[in-house]
Amino acid sequence: MIEINHASKWYGDFQVLNDCTTRVDKGEVVVICGPSGSGKSTLIKCVNGLESIGSGDISVDGSKVNGRKTNLNQLRSRIGMVFQSFELFPHMSVLDNVMLGQLKVLKRSTDEAEQRAQALLLQVGLADHAYKYPAQLSGGQQQRVAIARGLAMDPIAMLFDEPTSALDPEMINDVLDVMVDLAQDGMTMMVVTHEMGFAQKVADRIVFMDEGRIVEDSPKDEFFKAQGSERAKEFLSKILTH
Amino acid sequence: MGDFDYSVIFDNLPLLIDGLKVTFLLTILAVVGGIVLGTLLALIRIAKVPVISWVAAAYVNFFRSLPLILVIFWLYFLVPLFLGRPVGSFYSVLIAFILFEAAYYSEIIRAGISSIRSGQVAAGRAIGLSYPQTMRYIVLPQAFRSMVPVLLTQAIVLFQDTSLVYVVGLKDFLVSAELIANRDQRLVEMFVLVAIVYFFFSFAGSLYARHLQRKLSV
Repeated sequence: MIEINHASKWYGDFQVLNDCTTRVDKGEVVVICGPSGSGKSTLIKCVNGLESIGSGDISVDGSKVNGRKTNLNQLRSRIGMVFQSFELFPHMSVLDNVMLGQLKVLKRSTDEAEQRAQALLLQVGLADHAYKYPAQLSGGQQQRVAIARGLAMDPIAMLFDEPTSALDPEMINDVLDVMVDLAQDGMTMMVVTHEMGFAQKVADRIVFMDEGRIVEDSPKDEFFKAQGSERAKEFLSKILTH
Repeated sequence: MGDFDYSVIFDNLPLLIDGLKVTFLLTILAVVGGIVLGTLLALIRIAKVPVISWVAAAYVNFFRSLPLILVIFWLYFLVPLFLGRPVGSFYSVLIAFILFEAAYYSEIIRAGISSIRSGQVAAGRAIGLSYPQTMRYIVLPQAFRSMVPVLLTQAIVLFQDTSLVYVVGLKDFLVSAELIANRDQRLVEMFVLVAIVYFFFSFAGSLYARHLQRKLSV
């Protein structure tokens, strides 16, 4: 579904991604973790072309993200993305946030878009909040709306860029529960997160990054038991003891 | 001031109101035109298209470096020359105001657009919206909301500046009042009235702008 081959990227002289190769198959949940500045957010943003890569290539469902012939807008509409800072549209109601892409990109009718939006808000537990504005919701609620907004496009895969890092602890689980449900329903997911509980529960594979490189890429059980690299061990011991 | 004669105002009310209508019409059309053209210029500059963005920047800097009265004067002679027929002073000054104000509005709008977090653009693009769609549905509505007080303040300045049409003799409020003043030898009454009217609308406008500013900053 998502294939990343030898992707590298530079910001001036600084190399943010260094020859990254990995893949996410259909229905698979891959968790990407690593210390801050390791390039994991950059990598996930390259998957839907929000960031461009310097060399190598990335393809989603057979279309090259960095290909000249690819209609990037169309490709993006088929990949949902959830940001660390939610990025709901503050001037629109929750319902309109979830409807916008359906109306303007998928060209659905207003009735159809609204029905789909209402169903998704119900799914993420926010049916009562449809007519509120983002600023009236808690961070956890906003992030669940953002997930609904992504799902409204009927995506073939969902990307999560540290979806719980900006949340108060008591709200993290509400968001993770929604993500676990999604994973169990068979959604293809690529998740940048430090939530190892989530990884334990639903991840198929764990990718560990450090200094722009993919240091480890292994099935979940292997990762948690064996912990091949010293760097990954050190990282895990740090985040698991807290 | 003992012989301040109010009757000259009431006797000439229709004339004065006609003049005020011209002033308001000019202000409103110039604000609308200026914002439309200014938004376009701002978007072109932000999009960083080679050559075109440079031309837009040059346009803005050019008009911001000229006195308004000069632009009004020039356009008064240039527009008929350009079109090959007389257009009337109203349209020539309207064009002058729109061209001139657009330069100022574009700077306000550019600042407004820049104040929207880049994450909002990313979120728009991530659901598949094109760049123009992202601007139209996500960035501009938010930018305009935050800019309303500044745009209004600029409109008040423009309202006062419309009195510069004096130089081409267009019968706006000021010119109408001056005609009456000279004809009836009532200079004091007329120019006091003009001052009060300009002050009233400008002050009310700036109070409203301040109110909006406070409301939006909460």
